[in-house]
Order: sequence, then C-alpha cells, then structure tokens
Amino acid sequence: MSAPRGWKELPLGGLAYRLSTDVKTGDWRALKPVVDHNKCTKCMLCWLFCPDMAIVWDGEKIQVNLDYCKGCGICAHECPVKAISMVPEFEEV
Amino acid sequence: MSKTMIKYPIHTQEILNVNGDEAVAYAVKQSLVDVVSAYPITPQTIIVEKFSEFVADGLVHTQFVPVESEHSAMSACVGAAAAGARAFTATSSQGLALMVEIVYIASGMRLPIVMAVVNRALSAPINIHNDHSDAYLMRDSGWIQLFVENVQESYDTTIQAFKIAEDERVLLPVAVNLDGFFLSHTLENIRILPDEAVADFLGGYRKVARVKVDYYDEEVPHMLNPARPLTFGALDLYDYYFEHKVQQVEAMKNVPAVVREVNEKWQELTGRKYGDGVIETYGMEDAEIAVVAMGSSAGTIRSVIKKYRERGEKIGLVRIRLYRPFPYEDVGKILSNVKVVAVMDKAIGPGSYGALYQDIVSSLYDLSDRPLTVDYVYGLGGRDLTQDMVANMIEQVKEDVRKGRVENKIRYLGVRW
Ligand code: SF4
Ligand code: SF4
Repeated sequence: MSAPRGWKELPLGGLAYRLSTDVKTGDWRALKPVVDHNKCTKCMLCWLFCPDMAIVWDGEKIQVNLDYCKGCGICAHECPVKAISMVPEFEEV
Repeated sequence: MSKTMIKYPIHTQEILNVNGDEAVAYAVKQSLVDVVSAYPITPQTIIVEKFSEFVADGLVHTQFVPVESEHSAMSACVGAAAAGARAFTATSSQGLALMVEIVYIASGMRLPIVMAVVNRALSAPINIHNDHSDAYLMRDSGWIQLFVENVQESYDTTIQAFKIAEDERVLLPVAVNLDGFFLSHTLENIRILPDEAVADFLGGYRKVARVKVDYYDEEVPHMLNPARPLTFGALDLYDYYFEHKVQQVEAMKNVPAVVREVNEKWQELTGRKYGDGVIETYGMEDAEIAVVAMGSSAGTIRSVIKKYRERGEKIGLVRIRLYRPFPYEDVGKILSNVKVVAVMDKAIGPGSYGALYQDIVSSLYDLSDRPLTVDYVYGLGGRDLTQDMVANMIEQVKEDVRKGRVENKIRYLGVRW
C-alpha cells in the first residue's frame, strides 16, 4: 500500500483512482454460492447479474472468486437451471 | 491605446421582447446545450415550457428529459454531465429544496452543470413569490452562485455561466439566480447576440477535462465511457472525503478571476458588463453610507441613491453579483472608508442574522476602522420594496451615524407590527 495521498494527488471529483479489484470485499458472507457444473449451461446470466465481480469465466467453466462474493444469492436466484446453490460458509464442498 | 473593439455593437444586436424566464430559455437555446432536464415549478416554469417549444419546433439538438421531480431533474443533469454533456435545469423554492441532495453531488463530482434558480420563498406557509431563502438554502453546497438585476443580465449571465463552469480552473456547477416574478415574469426589451456569436464565445460544444487515474497510462477524459471505465461517486470515508472537499474549496478560489475574465470578454463582444463581474458599485468613490444588496432590488435602491447624490449626499450602492464564492477581501476594500453599511437581506435567518449580513460583517472584521453595520430584512415572500422604504432606511442609518452606534442590529422594511 502506498502512502495516503494529499488533495492535489487525487483525481477530480472523487473518481476512484484505483481499481475496485484492489479492495477485497468478500469478508462478510454467511452463505456462499456453489456451482453444479453438471447442470450449468454456461449461459452467463449469473455473471451478468452478480453485483460484484465474484463470478469469473475461466475459459472452460464458471468459477466463483470468493474474495469479492458478498453471499447475496442473486446468482443462485437468477440461474435458470438452478445450478447454483447457496451453502453455509463453513461447509466444505 | 486603442479603444476596446466591440464585436457586436448594441445597434447590431437584435432586440427581443421577453420576460426573464424566456430570456434564460433563449440563452440556453443558443448555448449548444446537450441535455435539459425539466420539472415545472412556479415561477421557473416558463423557462422549461419555452425550452420545450424550441425542442418541439426542432430548433435545438438538445435531449429534453421531462422528469417526475426536481430530485430527478438534478439527477438527470448529473448523469448527463458525467457522460460529457453540457447540461441545464431550472428550479425554484421547494423544487430546489427537494433536489438539494443531488445539488451537493453535482458539485462534489465536479460537474459543470448550469441551473437557473428563479428565487422564491420557502414554505411554510406556502408562498410562490420572491425572496432569497431558496438561494441561501444552497449556499454551502459548493455551487457558484450569481445574482442578476434585470432581464438583460439574466440572458447574459446564463451564457456566461457555461463558460465559467466549464473553465479548466473551475469545473464547478453554477446557479444563476433571478428574482421570481420581478424578473421571471416582467417583459423587457433585451439585446441578443447572433447564434454563432454565442457558440464562438463558448468555444462550441462542451470540452471535457482530462484526469489521471492509476490504472490508465495517459490522462483520460473526465466522463463515463464504456471503452475506458471510470467510477464516479464511489464511497469515500474519513480517509479521503476531507481531501476531496479541500479540492472544491481550492477550485472556488479560482472563480472570481474567471468571472472577471468572462465579464471582460463579454464586454468586448457585446458592450455590456456588470461591474467587474463580481461586484457592481454605484457612487462608492466617496460614499460615507453604503447599501449592500443582491438581485433586482438594486435597481430600486440605485434610483433612490441617485436622488440623494443629486442633493450632494455621499451614499453608494454595492451590488454583490458573485455571492459564492463570496468576495470578502474586495468587499472589505470597497467598504473600508464608509461610516455605516446597511446590508439588505431578502431572507430571514431565525435565530441568526441574514446570510448576506454575516458575510459582510466577516469582510469588515479585519479592518482597523470598522464601519457601523445594520441588517435590513426586506421583501419576504414577495413583499414590495418601495423607494420610500429605501429612503426611510437611509434616514435611519444617517441617524445611527449621528449617534455613533447602532441599536437594533436587525431591522425590517415593510413588516407590520
Ligand atoms: S452470491 Fe452474490 S456476490 Fe456472490 S457470486 Fe452470487 S451474485 Fe455474486
Ligand atoms: S446462470 Fe446458471 S446456467 Fe447460467 S452460467 Fe450461471 S450457473 Fe451456469
């Protein structure tokens, strides 16, 4: 982390000067999404609806990056084939 | 020395017979505005009504966004300006009160929006007529606030406002304040520039400033663009909020110089100027009594002062045109030799003094020899200010000078006891 910046070093009007990927925000989750790859049709609706950037496409299949996942369950709700289930954070999958 | 060349001398400028609201709408029509968002509220309605006619008649290329409230009107302007558009809206009174949340967001995001505020009293009780309580409501919002005296100045200042707001040294939104009904609904013959002259004056369409963020190698335009995403208005806690507010304060410091420059350029173009753009004075060279006011009342006050001066009495008028940022030092200099200052506030501050009075007193505090000061509250809810009232006020402060002290610091003009 660099030193805090003074007012002259900040971009105009409170623009985010760093990327949001720099800030890992997935630490207040009670449920986590688990994808059943046998059911997934790779329609990418979960990626589209995820309000953060927790759903990633690794070139072959859908993955969940828990560094950014809030556990909101929107992906599970939107998945047309119910391939995503929300399971308690502490459960090993 | 060559005389200033006036590009469009007065006789070459077309005459338009309009009220203040129509004058503002006409100025917006000529200012190549990309987006106008509009919600009607008295006495501003004529502005957006007139402008919607220009849109309907195909006279402008502007995207007209009729919204369901003033809160949305300002939100639409914020969105449009963030996308790089030149954006305008207009409001009054309760409408401004409703949009004030987004008013702060517009200035915080440094979006050069222009808004006409057709001044009207705030409820309760409901009153559609003029005073400055709505303008005072937004005075700490980080907007530049200009006050005009007549319909001609409403037209001139609306065009100037875009130039001031979009200046790279400024990048702050501007509110052009005109007195409801007194200006908004009163017909005046005004002189207007040809369309091309206004376009030239503004340098064409809005040019967007460039910013540097860590994740792009070069400076990028300060606007939303899917090809080069930027995040506007994200969370900013105790670690940076303070610095961002200081940025606004520092930008405000550049405003008076820019307003003066624009005032001069306007004069070269049209032959019209308003004092130095920041303050307009009348009879202040040798004045012992000074009256300070804003907006349309300045005309009434000036005509009374004129009569006094014809009788050899040393009275002057200071009209504040740029209310935010407030020109403390200039006011201090102008008032340094007077014996008494009568400040005229067209809004009341229950439990305090009028806002203009407080600024004037702040301007005077550092003087070694301070004049007496009185706060005259007048014109609330559209109450008329007559020449007799002004003369009465001048007689009262003359009496204060004789006594060498001021008893009631807050006085009212035209209230019944
Ligand atoms: S639970 Fe919410 S945050 Fe997490 S991946 Fe699904 S949609 Fe995104
Ligand atoms: S929405 Fe469901 S089916 Fe579509 S890609 Fe996501 S997990 Fe797969």
